[in-house]
Amino acid sequence: MLIGVPKEIHVEERRVAATPDSAERLRKLGYDVLVESGAGAAAQFTDEAYREAGAEVVDEARDLWRKADIVLKVRGPEPHPSLGLHETELLKEGGHLVSFIWPAQNEHLMERLRARNATIFAMDAIPRISRAQKCDALSSMANIAGYRAVVEATNRFGRFFGGQTTAAGNVPPAKIMIIGAGVSGLSAIGASCRLGAIVRAFDTRPEVRQQVESLGAEFLELSFEEDGTGEGGYAKVMSEEFIKAEMDLFAHQAMEVDIIITTALIPGKPAPKLITAGMVESMQDGSVIVDLAAEQGGNCELTKPGEVAVQHGVSIVGYTDLPSRMATQSSQLYANNIWHLIDDLTPEKDGRIFVDMEDDLIRGATVLKSGEVTWPPPAPKVPPIAAPPPATEEPGEELPDKGLNDGIKSVITMLIGGSFLYGIGLYAPTSFMVHFTIFVLSCFVGWQVIWNVTPALHTPLMSVTNAISGIVIVGPLLMVSNSSTVITVLAAAAVFFATINIAGGFVVTQRMLQMFRRS
Amino acid sequence: MTTGLLAVSYIGASILFILSLGGLSHQETARRGNVYGIIGMGIAIVATAMTGNVTNYAVLIPAVAVGGILGVTVALRVEMTEMPQLVAILNSLVGLSAVLVAIASYLNPVFNLTRPELIILDVEIYLSVFIGIVTFTGSVVAFAKLHAILSGRPLLLPGRNWLNLIVALSLVWLGYEFLLAGHGAVSGPSLLGSLNLDPALMPMGSLGLLLLLIVVLLGSLLGIHFVLAIGGADMPVVVSVLNSYSGWAAAATGFMLGNDLLIVTGALVGSSGAILSYIMCRAMNRNFVSVVLGGFGTEGGTITAGIDGEAVATTHEETAVLLANAKNVIIVPGYGMAVAQAQNAVSDVVEKLRSGGTNGRFGIHPVAGRLPGHMNVLLADAKVPYDIVLEMDDINDDFSETDVVLVIGANDIVNPGAAEDPNSPIAGMPVLEVWNAQTVIVLKRSMATGYAGVGNPLFFKENARMLFGDAKESVQAVLSHLN
Repeated sequence: MLIGVPKEIHVEERRVAATPDSAERLRKLGYDVLVESGAGAAAQFTDEAYREAGAEVVDEARDLWRKADIVLKVRGPEPHPSLGLHETELLKEGGHLVSFIWPAQNEHLMERLRARNATIFAMDAIPRISRAQKCDALSSMANIAGYRAVVEATNRFGRFFGGQTTAAGNVPPAKIMIIGAGVSGLSAIGASCRLGAIVRAFDTRPEVRQQVESLGAEFLELSFEEDGTGEGGYAKVMSEEFIKAEMDLFAHQAMEVDIIITTALIPGKPAPKLITAGMVESMQDGSVIVDLAAEQGGNCELTKPGEVAVQHGVSIVGYTDLPSRMATQSSQLYANNIWHLIDDLTPEKDGRIFVDMEDDLIRGATVLKSGEVTWPPPAPKVPPIAAPPPATEEPGEELPDKGLNDGIKSVITMLIGGSFLYGIGLYAPTSFMVHFTIFVLSCFVGWQVIWNVTPALHTPLMSVTNAISGIVIVGPLLMVSNSSTVITVLAAAAVFFATINIAGGFVVTQRMLQMFRRS
Repeated sequence: MTTGLLAVSYIGASILFILSLGGLSHQETARRGNVYGIIGMGIAIVATAMTGNVTNYAVLIPAVAVGGILGVTVALRVEMTEMPQLVAILNSLVGLSAVLVAIASYLNPVFNLTRPELIILDVEIYLSVFIGIVTFTGSVVAFAKLHAILSGRPLLLPGRNWLNLIVALSLVWLGYEFLLAGHGAVSGPSLLGSLNLDPALMPMGSLGLLLLLIVVLLGSLLGIHFVLAIGGADMPVVVSVLNSYSGWAAAATGFMLGNDLLIVTGALVGSSGAILSYIMCRAMNRNFVSVVLGGFGTEGGTITAGIDGEAVATTHEETAVLLANAKNVIIVPGYGMAVAQAQNAVSDVVEKLRSGGTNGRFGIHPVAGRLPGHMNVLLADAKVPYDIVLEMDDINDDFSETDVVLVIGANDIVNPGAAEDPNSPIAGMPVLEVWNAQTVIVLKRSMATGYAGVGNPLFFKENARMLFGDAKESVQAVLSHLN
């Protein structure tokens, strides 16, 4: 089948849905790849690079749409500015499309696509199960957005992030508060910690505390008990008392910190307003706020989506296209996410798509199948997180019993051993007793000598004890001069075998030991 | 040589053997230990051969010469990866010698012994034959399994424990009959005696010899069955147990001949082998008895939790980049490294990393491979200095500060199921906690399970990447990208 990658038409969209690298790998899955001329230009991928990767470059978008069985895009279909057509109309009848769709917010788009009898895989509908992480474009983009948010902040912030003691005087480290420790929040935490800032993070879900701390940030705590964990790893709406306590915390922090990065989103709802105009006013001049929720209205009251607003001396960055501002990186990751999805859709690796609706990942991503709306999907068969194993039974009560058993056991062992020895002492002749004494003592010597051996030497030790056990040769040595031929033959054979063991065992041990050396 | 001199030689040899085992406990003294062993053995053999009643040098010298040359040749030729097999097959020879000596000893007429002494002699002969033959056949089967002549899967006959019990009971009964027929001629009701067997059926007209040969047969079956029932993952323990048996066989021979040197040495080897087996079982968190009863990984335990997800494959280039950018790297080798003979390539990679300032080290699980310490021997063979080869306990805490872990052909010893899933058949076994590192790259031929037959949730962890292919080729490819 033919895969087509058109140039993105959304204003200021620099990303592209396939890189030369992913195009080459798509070809390995058996597909032919068509790329619109200049599709990767804004992400620094030249037409030449696509050609080298084995893709065909076409000049006409119309041409590409007409030929392609599967179209890969970043943004959902939109009216094409130069062709005067909607991209859905360009899509082949019964064709396939992979892109962001957001079916809940875009009913019209879904309707248009349905009319084309299309099969649509929405990158935003990939289920959040561990198996699907490789396709999770939302996480990939969020990761980039978090990083870029820090870069935007440093760009507008007039000081170092890390503290320094220089000959010219001391520089205090910047203080950053990050609200929401999802993928983008954690990414922002990581990036700002690496720059040396003092980072504090807040999230309504207490279980992320560990992740926040592992990145080197401080987890801000409310003296208030409520778990904000919602479905699919997102937060839920909190109670009023909680929000009040939360706002107090933010107000308090706003007076102290230099930079605030907000990433708070609740699925299907406008972003919660967490930073009030008053808080912005209380911040020092030159401070920066980066609002990653700008597209959903923003977490800050003064955010202007898509712009940088300067209010009360504070720069409020409301860009909604942060991933697109790092087009090379985000195209790479997005293209890989798409490649993994196509890889799963091509079980035979023969360049043919097979939409297996039994597969949780594919089922979730498929929002339209041959013109039939399949969104929203049923709950996945495999729960995203395995249920915790049932708690093991309390061993507490059994312990004393076990101790008692052990005690009884050792008493019994000693009794048996004792009576055995008594029996031997009663009946065995003296000559035997002498040997027996030696035997028992030797056992103990062996035990004592071996007990502390280094595990690294187990093999040589085993090999040397094996060689030493060849001492059995003494027996046949003493018998080989017997007058009976049978005995002589048996003894000679025994000598022969034992010698092989002795010679082989010692030599191989020596070989092994010679190899051990210190650097 | 006088009796006094002989006794002194034997004392000297015994001391040297003890020093030898003691020396082998630490790296610094190990080589000296082996030399002590060689000297001790030399003294013992020469002193014995020079006693008055050893005269048949015409037979003795060729036997020793040929055997010695054969042993040395094999030992020099064998690949280090084949070490486990070699130890197993050499071990079998001790068992065989013990059987031969015991039979010869039974045929040898005895004088000047009291009745109880004769009875004890019979018991000793009987035990010597039995332990010897189990050692022999068991070691041969272990050899065949390790050499992949036989499959590593445990063979589980239905009712195998009953079979063993029946064989054991018959052995007890045979032993009783043997005491009736032997030198001591204990009196008592005899089932065989009442059968009035035709003497023509008996080899050399001796019922005792016939009984010994039956014991050889039954003991063979027992030895074979014993080792066949044990899974490949438990092979290190089995080799060690068999090694211990060969010691007990030597001790039994010593009792039989009234030779203290044999008793001392046999007891040393026997008890040290037993301790070593115990130490190993402890390292695997396995009950000694359940190892011996066999069937590891085939019964009990369900493999459920955690094994959902998909392993992510990676490439040689990516691995090389990760390694080149890492500050701390730990390599965890397993049996797969031995099979692929990858130790030299691995050693080169580590040397390359270390020359670039990366802290590259090895983490060794006590039961990695098919012999305890197997990995250490292989790495030493590849000229890896032993002070960067660390034991599990020494390195387990360092994984959290490690950037990249390369797991080369290891599976069960890095299975998080052992630590996290109480239902796992290997639950509770101490493992190398590689998943705490930033990235784990697993070199493996396929997604197949390890010897224990247990699925490995490690492969599905977020920070795990699979590098499929032959370990040696993969490592070499990574090395070429590093250069």
